[in-house]
Amino acid sequence: MVKKKDYTAGLPDPSEIISEITKQYPGKIAKKRKKAMVSNVPEEDQEIQANVRTVPGIITQRGCTYAGCRGVVLGPTRDILQIVHGPIGCSFYAWLTRRNQTKPETETSENFIPYAFSTDMQDENIVFGGEKKLKQAIREAFELFSPKAIAVFSTCPVGLIGDDVHAVSREMKEELGINVFGFSCEGYRGVSQSAGHHIANNQIFKHVLGNTDRERTGKFQINLLGEYNIGGDAFELERLFEEAGIELLSTFSGNSSYDSFEYAHTADLNIVMCHRSINYIAEMMELKYGIPWIKGNFIGAGSTTKTLKKIAEFFDDAELTKKVAEICAREEAKVEAVKASIKPKVEGKTAMMFVGGSRAHHYQDLFEELGIKVLSAGYEFAHRDDYEGRHVIPNIKIDADTRNIEELSVSKTENEALWRQDLVEKKAELEKKGYEFSSYEGMMPQMEKNALVIDDISHWETEKLIEFYKPDLFCAGIKEKYVVQKGGVPLKQLHSYDYGGPYAGFEGAINFYKEMERMLATNVWKLVDAPWKSEPEIVGSMTINA
Amino acid sequence: MLLRHTTEKEIDRKGLTVNAAKTCQPVGAMYASLGIHGCLPHSHGSQGCCSYHRSALTRHYKEPVMAATSSFTEGSSVFGGQANLLQAITTIFSVYDPEIIAVHSTCLSETIGDDLHQIVKKASDDGKVPEGKHIIQAATPSYVGSHVTGYSNMLTAIVKYFAVKTDEVKRQVNILSGWVEPADMRELKRIAKVMGIKTVLAPDTSDVLDTPLTGKFELYPKGGTTIPELVSMGDSMKTVAIGEWATKDAAVALDNQCKVPFELCNLPIGLRATDRFISALAKAGAVSVPAEIERERGRLMDLITDMHQYFYGKRVALYGDPDQLFPLCEFLLDIDMVPAYVISGTPGKSFSKRMEAIFGDKIDQVKFKNGAQADTFQLHQWIKQEGVDLLIGNTYGKYIARDEKIPFVRFGFPTMDRIGHQYFSTIGYMGAIRILEKILDSIMQYQDETSTEEKFELVM
Repeated sequence: MVKKKDYTAGLPDPSEIISEITKQYPGKIAKKRKKAMVSNVPEEDQEIQANVRTVPGIITQRGCTYAGCRGVVLGPTRDILQIVHGPIGCSFYAWLTRRNQTKPETETSENFIPYAFSTDMQDENIVFGGEKKLKQAIREAFELFSPKAIAVFSTCPVGLIGDDVHAVSREMKEELGINVFGFSCEGYRGVSQSAGHHIANNQIFKHVLGNTDRERTGKFQINLLGEYNIGGDAFELERLFEEAGIELLSTFSGNSSYDSFEYAHTADLNIVMCHRSINYIAEMMELKYGIPWIKGNFIGAGSTTKTLKKIAEFFDDAELTKKVAEICAREEAKVEAVKASIKPKVEGKTAMMFVGGSRAHHYQDLFEELGIKVLSAGYEFAHRDDYEGRHVIPNIKIDADTRNIEELSVSKTENEALWRQDLVEKKAELEKKGYEFSSYEGMMPQMEKNALVIDDISHWETEKLIEFYKPDLFCAGIKEKYVVQKGGVPLKQLHSYDYGGPYAGFEGAINFYKEMERMLATNVWKLVDAPWKSEPEIVGSMTINA
Repeated sequence: MLLRHTTEKEIDRKGLTVNAAKTCQPVGAMYASLGIHGCLPHSHGSQGCCSYHRSALTRHYKEPVMAATSSFTEGSSVFGGQANLLQAITTIFSVYDPEIIAVHSTCLSETIGDDLHQIVKKASDDGKVPEGKHIIQAATPSYVGSHVTGYSNMLTAIVKYFAVKTDEVKRQVNILSGWVEPADMRELKRIAKVMGIKTVLAPDTSDVLDTPLTGKFELYPKGGTTIPELVSMGDSMKTVAIGEWATKDAAVALDNQCKVPFELCNLPIGLRATDRFISALAKAGAVSVPAEIERERGRLMDLITDMHQYFYGKRVALYGDPDQLFPLCEFLLDIDMVPAYVISGTPGKSFSKRMEAIFGDKIDQVKFKNGAQADTFQLHQWIKQEGVDLLIGNTYGKYIARDEKIPFVRFGFPTMDRIGHQYFSTIGYMGAIRILEKILDSIMQYQDETSTEEKFELVM
């Protein structure tokens, strides 16, 4: 059993551990990695290096651009038939592994999530080009499945051999009479999944969003951006919105439908959950349609209440405000009852989180609610604004890797009927009262003094940090799970939720508290050492002849 | 229905693969490398390849799967990945200090034409490889073959790099193993020990991907074939290579390089494939088969005859890798089950010939397909046309099994939703007992759940 450390008097200055970690690295790498490590001072502006190339060979958590596009953003959509153009692996690995739950409207409604479509490129396609096979695959998919839309995803070799997925998509769109669109999301395009998020945002904005104008059906219409319905998170949020009388038009992209993407521009407000993966669409919708966005967080009961009330404040409707207050009070009471029984068992425990582009921040709210201290945290694929806040965006150096990703130039819609001047005015008015739009403060201001913030953590750093901090809990993903657990520290997966959840909203908070009780109040880790390890050794020997 | 869009209507597909029954080469290369002691696999490509392969193997084994990547960016894709690989080699040796780095390529690095030989040579010439350390490399383009091909290519590279023939003939037998579980590797060693034969098993993932919880993470676990063992393979009396698709190339390479003759067998799955393996091993080690092994065989025969009524005439759909499917089909035929549909995404012309040899005059009873568009969607369509009593395959089969209400036995990679495959071997006679136990459990559970109340049985 690992002996735990006492942090009641505050967190230790991590500079010693930073130098111990980096001294193992060759000079240049040490210099580079130091810039990605910050000893947090919450009230100060501190710069952290983020969204830069990973050091080859360092053993990173990161994945690729394709994963960010096909897996993260488009993965949760059920009725867009998604063909992966490339050798078989990329399609195979994105097949159902992200746990995006979905509930089609009826038993026969389209749901392609349990399917993995691929062109399974062979060497002759690499040599002679794969466009012909791609066209064939699209036609076959149309014949067999008659979907309303087909999306094509490029994998590494596609860009290199010069297959034009966009031209093929246009041709097929014409031929089949359904929407067909492509993504140039080759794995090497960016430094992490993040580039893929941006590419996904761009293409959805270009090819889908705004295609149909729908008559208003609700008094308060919103979109939820950056909620991927892992473990059923979106279901819990849908429940709350429905009861409050808020019409959730479209979620990008958990439990979403293609149709809902098409009319998402008829919303009054966008709520951004995962800032990293989806802020682009929020920004573009505001530029084109005048729809404002706010940052929301539904991880943690307190955050859920705060976000729901902020939405109500935006609409400024007495009935809605009352209803939201009622729901929050009722749900908070349920949450409190569970918390009261669990908090005493886990309070004072310590956690570390290295995950995602938002989760390492959002989950700090849940830990705070339980009195669990976050010692160190970082993202896998975030940018500086996710750490330091959006105010640093103008100062972020645009490097060659970022320049590779298309930045759509978006202007005000020419269709006057769609431009929401009323919302523009409403925003200006509310801003005067101190209501914050388009704002995200990032992770660092919320963290304690001396908390160690690390971007794109390596395996070596993970091992050293665990040795130094001896945390009670580590949060990361599947690749890290058993590495950390072999060392005697339980790991909670915050990508897949270890096949549990939901953790969003009020029900989610209750589930998470219970999960923390399971993981932190258990005795199983104390049974690791065999009893004879702590007994005096038996000297001498005896032979038993069978 | 989960797979609600699958109907019995087939079209002649040429471009589209749906729900594949294979994955790509590099993951096989990574798995084979993990069976070498002190080895860190390295993926020369985009970060996603390495991340996906580590995740896939981790979900299957529920164990740490360590590997590094060259982290290609747009620049490296244009100018070549040499700088990235050289940087990776420096980083890996200074931070992680492995005995061996096993580099495999990807579709990306193969498409741009990176020459791994040349880059590794340059690393060595530039003094980036510390004294006594090794870098092996294998070309594993994802657009050729399948994960089985990648495993075979890496195993061949390992053998070619290390095996050396000296004047001394060692009284030992090489076992080149196809893609099996750590528990199976352990069972292979047990069988050899019971037979009194000294063997070198390569690769060997036991004690690598089934390590104990001790409170201390080991980057390079206790298991894996060691360098001295690999070197000594060149002096062995004979090689027994099990699983043709995964080991034939390595066996041939070892024969060419060190003149170690080989015998090629099926993976010892089921009765007669195990019979052939035991005979080959006994012959290679010049021993007679001990009574203990015969008693294991006898226990298997006892179980088959005791429970024959539950096997007889049951139609089975199977999908997976050729090395597993051939002996499994043979075994099912032996116990009077009816393999009705067989699918493997792994391409190869000899598949049909092998199937014909196994099925003999029963070949008309079975529909089979391998290679392009041989996917589980096709299998599901066949099942829709005429049902089966049992489905055998990897985890992805659970969607078909649930929709069609078919008893389902998980077998093959990846198995991400049940444990047991890591711990309990399915090879040899004892492993065959385990397979039958799983088949019977599944069929009997189905009978228990679906029988009418008056037909509900206490004793079965």
